[in-house]
Formats: sequence, structure tokens, C-alpha cells
Amino acid sequence: MAKILTSSDCSLCVEFGNAISEEINKQVRSFTVAAEAAEIEGVTELVPTYRSVTVHYRPEVIGYARLYEKLSRIVNGLQEADIPPAGEIRVPVLYGGSHGPDLENVAKLHDMTPEEVIKIHTAPVYLNYMLGFLPGFCYLGGLDERIHTPRLTTPRVSIPAGSVGIAGSQTGIYPLTSPGGWQLIGQTPLRLYDPKREKAILVDAGMNMIFYPIDEAEYERIRRENYPEEYGEGGDKA
Amino acid sequence: MITFQKKGLLTTVQDLGRIGYQRYGMPVCGAMDHYAMELANILVNNPRSEAVIEATVMGPTIVFGEAEIFAVTGGDFGPTLNGQPIENDRAYLAEAGDVLSLPMAKAGARAYIAFAGGLDLEEVMGSRSTFLKGGVGGFKGRPIHDGDEIGLRAPCEYLPDLEDRFVPAKMLPELMNEVTVRFTYGPQDDLFSATGKQTFTSSEYALSDKSDRMGFRLDGPPVERAAGSDGNIISDGICFGAIQITNGQPIVMMADRQTTGGYPKLGCVITADLPLLAQLKAGDKVRFRPVSAAAAQAVYRRQQKALNDLEKRFLARLKPEAEGEGELPAPAGRFLIYVDGEEYDIYIEEQNYDA
Repeated sequence: MAKILTSSDCSLCVEFGNAISEEINKQVRSFTVAAEAAEIEGVTELVPTYRSVTVHYRPEVIGYARLYEKLSRIVNGLQEADIPPAGEIRVPVLYGGSHGPDLENVAKLHDMTPEEVIKIHTAPVYLNYMLGFLPGFCYLGGLDERIHTPRLTTPRVSIPAGSVGIAGSQTGIYPLTSPGGWQLIGQTPLRLYDPKREKAILVDAGMNMIFYPIDEAEYERIRRENYPEEYGEGGDKA
Repeated sequence: MITFQKKGLLTTVQDLGRIGYQRYGMPVCGAMDHYAMELANILVNNPRSEAVIEATVMGPTIVFGEAEIFAVTGGDFGPTLNGQPIENDRAYLAEAGDVLSLPMAKAGARAYIAFAGGLDLEEVMGSRSTFLKGGVGGFKGRPIHDGDEIGLRAPCEYLPDLEDRFVPAKMLPELMNEVTVRFTYGPQDDLFSATGKQTFTSSEYALSDKSDRMGFRLDGPPVERAAGSDGNIISDGICFGAIQITNGQPIVMMADRQTTGGYPKLGCVITADLPLLAQLKAGDKVRFRPVSAAAAQAVYRRQQKALNDLEKRFLARLKPEAEGEGELPAPAGRFLIYVDGEEYDIYIEEQNYDA
């Protein structure tokens, strides 16, 4: 059963458990959708994570007691609530070469070919449990055990945005250029995070993600189509 | 336009932060001391959420390219205008060519400069705050450098009764090197032992020099975990002021904090006391006292009411021959009141008796 905890004088934490599990995360998503639909006056943001939702509110608009009661009612009504299915996003990835400098290493480490690594990496439907750490950074669940790979012993100083990597049992995409120790197996031409775009972040918590392999030409085509300004073709996306 | 002749130690553009994007991993950022930031805006007749300049310990030197009303609030940096001392918490008019200088924090750690009409900078995701780590927002996503120029959106050289635009002393917190701040327990206070909580609420902590806009590290007695806790949790959200315990060491999460984290949080500093914390320098001392969420909100509402009243008083001056000397009519609206711990929602509606 969910617990409603005080996380500050202007937020409550609705906690569904303390574990990484699809079942708990499903409740997190259900609650988020239901709480959003309730449009409670004074609530400013909902922050879903693996196992909880932090509800931020303005105490000058709605007080602790009244919000607590409203949230309890939403929690209790979750069984009957009609939650739309989570969306799905297909993410194109150019594997190996300069876009995935660690692919060969990862393959060697697991005694397989790079093609096998790609096949295993593109097979699952990954669940985006939550976003955090960096804007647009997705915590994906579902990486096949056969390609769990330790982090690099010496992290890189700068990893380009869009890089797809593996760290232990996790796989993910770097939304912006930053330092990091993940083993890089590829790169997506999509911008997961673009502060100038109307939808600044491409993926929502609770969505499913599928990777599919593309070649260099397709990579270029997608970039040219989506981000023509990089090619000096102006900002208007005709 | 304003030109930064000297940048200061860490000078950034900040407002109330990016609201609504934490679920995407986007830090809120914004001013460290919201109260001082809002006061600065009220003084110069800006909306309270307008972007201001935040100075840290050593402030900038700014040259005005045109006449403009401004105000400095927060820490006392010994501000001068053309070399003449000016007061904090008071609106002034600068003429073109005037030089505003905030040399060094004598008390407090962060000062705010508001410019009437606001800074001419683009909003990114609904805010002009600088997100330093992501290189986004504010001025080119970075701290101010020597020689940087920022335009003024709607420069303003006249406000009626400028000499009356100051903050009454009773509204200003005393800037001290030792403070006690209040906090609410939760959400993971159950992961700490009774002894741990006792240690935390009875000890003095010193602000570490490893503190920054992301978090205030505190040196002092370690906070003991409850039996059965390994000192980690599955990640959940982090609020402004959250008291995270990392290997026994408390870290108060500040404006640029990450949105989520895997360390347990014993509690959270109350909103009304965050400004006291934000004004501490490395080595300053802090103690913590627990209060209920309802009590914290009562304090917060009082603080907000004082800001509202000051804002209304100045706004009334803008309306020529408004309502005479009498009280302003109560606006239609909604109020929350407390009677014996019960919360009541009161709606007031306007009625037209002329009909």
C-alpha cells in the first residue's frame, strides 16, 4: 500500500515501495496520470521516480491537510482508474566505429562478435523507469544479462550527446555532452534533450524504448532532417 | 544596457527557477535566497519572479549604459554607486555612466541586484535562471565574465516616491554567522536511529568549503542510521533544502541540486528558513530544530503576506489619487485560514450593488 510522506513543507512524497520493479513503477505511473488528471489547484509539479512520486505544491494555495486528503483519495481510487497505455519510442542507433568506440571491447569481453552485441542490445523492450541525473537521462530497465559490462576504469572527460552506453546492468543514452565512465557502443542521431525545442525532452517516465540499428547514411539523413540548422540550412523545418 | 567591468567570484542570472521539468531530470536552479531576490524585485516594481543578478561573496562592478532604477538586497557587500556608499534594501536611480560596485560580503554570502523592467535575456524552458552544469539559460548558460553586456528589457528611470521605496527593518532577517534553521522530518527519517536524530538536532554543524549552489556540506557529528539501513535508497525526488545523509554526513540540497538521488533524506529545511542558510559562508555554523509541516507552512504564509503587503503598498503609490488615505479594498480572492489547527478555505467574491 502506498504511503504519503512529508518530503518538505511544500511537497509530499507518495511512496509505493523501495525496490526497482515493474509492478511498483506501474503504480507510480498510474498515480502520476491520475494526479495529473485531477488538476489539483496549487500543485506545481509531479516528479515520478522508480518507486515514488514527489508532489510539489504551493502552501499558500493548498495546505498540507487538504492535499494529503486529496492524494489519499487518488491512491485509493487507483484500482478503478482508467490509465492509458504507456507510449513507446523507437531510438535509431549507429553502433560501433567512432560512434561506439567500446563496442569491440564489449564484444571481446563477452566472447562474442560486435554483431551479436548489437542483436542482444536491440532485442528487448526497455522500460524507462524514470529520468534524473541529467536533463533527459533515462533510467532504463531490461538489459540482457549476457551484455552486462563494468564501467571503464578511467572515465572519459567528454562523451558526446546521444552516446549509447552500458554500465553494469544498466544501458542508457547521454542526453548532453558530459564526462562519464560508461562503455560506449553506439550513438543516436536523436536529441533526447534540446532546451530550445518545444518539447525539450523527448522521453517521458513510464515509456517503453526500443533500439534499432542504422547505418552512417541513415544517421546523417535523420540529423539533416531533424536538425537542419547544424548543416547551415536555417532553422525552418519545412 | 549594463556592462560588467568586474565579474566578481560567481555572478549569475537567476529567477525563481525552472518549474515543471524536474520529472525530466532538469534541475530547478534559481536564486539561492528567494526572499532577498523577491524583495529586490518588489523594490523596483518588477514582478516578483523577474530575473536578477546573484552575486557570491565578492560581487561585480557594473556600469550603467542608460538611466535605470535598481536595488541591491541580501548579503551586505558594502555596495557603492560612483564610490559613494549606498544602502541595501532600497531602490536607487543610476544615471548613464554610473558605476555600481559590490566589493565584498561583510555579512551574508549572496547579494541580489534587480533592474527595473528586467534583463533582456531569453527564457529557456520558462525561466531565465542559469543552469551552470548544463550550460543553459541566464547569460549564455554560464557565469558572468569581465566585459559581458546585458541589455535592459524596459529601462525605467522614474517611479513615484523613490525615496520611500525601501524595506522596513522588521522585514529583514539578521545576517549572522551562526543560525538555527527549522526543518520538517521526512521522507526517510525512519532510516535513522533515535540516537542519530538526537545527534542531528543537538549538534552544531559547520558549512564546509566544499559547498556550492548544488549542496551545502556540513561538518559535524555523523548521523547514525537505523538498524537494517545500508545508507542507500532506491532513488526518489529531492527538494530544495532536503537534508541528505551521505555516509553519516549531512548535505543540504540547494538550488542547483539534482532532481533525484539515492541517499536517504532525514528531513528538509523549511522554505521560510532557506534564506538564512543561503546566506552562510564556509565555516559558518548552523543548528537544526524540527517543526511540523503545518507549523512550517504557517511561518511561510506569514513571510509571503509580508511580501504581499509591501508589494501592495508600493503598487498603491503608482495609482495617482487612488483610494485616498483609506485602506485598499480587499481584493476578490481566496484565502486559507487556520483555527485550532483546522484549515479553512475562504472565497471572497465581488458583488455589484449598482445594478
